[in-house]
Amino acid sequence: MNLIAFFIFSTLLIAAALCVTVARNPVHSVLFLIFSFFCAAALFLLQGAEFLALLLVIIYVGAVAILFLFVVMMLNIEIKEIKKSFFRFLPVVLVVALILFVELYYAIVVDMGGVLPEAIYPINYEISNIHNIGMILYTDFFFHFQIAGLVLLLAMMGAVVLTLRKRDGVKKQKIIKQVSRTRKESVKVVKVLTGKGV
Amino acid sequence: MELLTYQDIPASFYIAVSTSIFIIGLGGVVLNRKSIINFLMSLELILLSANMNFVTFSSMLGDLQGQIFVMFILTVAAAEVAIGIAILIVYFRLKGNIDTEEINLMKG
Repeated sequence: MNLIAFFIFSTLLIAAALCVTVARNPVHSVLFLIFSFFCAAALFLLQGAEFLALLLVIIYVGAVAILFLFVVMMLNIEIKEIKKSFFRFLPVVLVVALILFVELYYAIVVDMGGVLPEAIYPINYEISNIHNIGMILYTDFFFHFQIAGLVLLLAMMGAVVLTLRKRDGVKKQKIIKQVSRTRKESVKVVKVLTGKGV
Repeated sequence: MELLTYQDIPASFYIAVSTSIFIIGLGGVVLNRKSIINFLMSLELILLSANMNFVTFSSMLGDLQGQIFVMFILTVAAAEVAIGIAILIVYFRLKGNIDTEEINLMKG
């Protein structure tokens, strides 16, 4: 049963990943990317990493892929035909990819026959996955956790600084001017005579 | 020796899948003749394959460290996408398109 689920999701994942790179329309690419993230989340679930599976759906599908979609919509990219150079390079790339696949696969799988390292942070299967993660993320990995927060802050600042631009003719509040107003310069007491007006 | 992950699926199956995703992402970067946005999407696929490898080994060894690292990779990936897209938008403002063919400012 688990094996069937694995084969279904892995096949879908590889097919979706291929479609991401091959699809001509960038919107289709983004949608296939979302689909491949869902399949990867399902594979994570099969491996017993429930929290990471949900995190993948929330972060990637909820934030990153939507960001891609926004940019694709905003930038008005025209759909292009696949050029001839694509097919010229394709056989070379396929051969290189095959060699690389075999190398990477065997480098990992063949070496696994040796003695397995002892688990430093063993998984306790009696409590839930998120409980397990929380127990060590906020203790042993606390500094890493904070650095991850800093990375996110830096990314946010970088994105804001990069895309910020000054434009002429835009009406804006000048907060320093508003705050530094005093009663003297903004309020005038006028004595109005009856029948004459101001 | 067949090494099994949590649900008794051999770890080598997962590694085959993640390696394929890696190769597909790499091919997407190399063969890219479209816009930079496809480039970034291929990079996301590569990072996903790295995450899958981490989770596989974490599940196989019964060690939580791999899963913790996946969270940090997710953070870095999100940061990378934010910065990448910001650069993309600045570039689009300058040039008016984001085709990979037309990026030849440095004559490389």
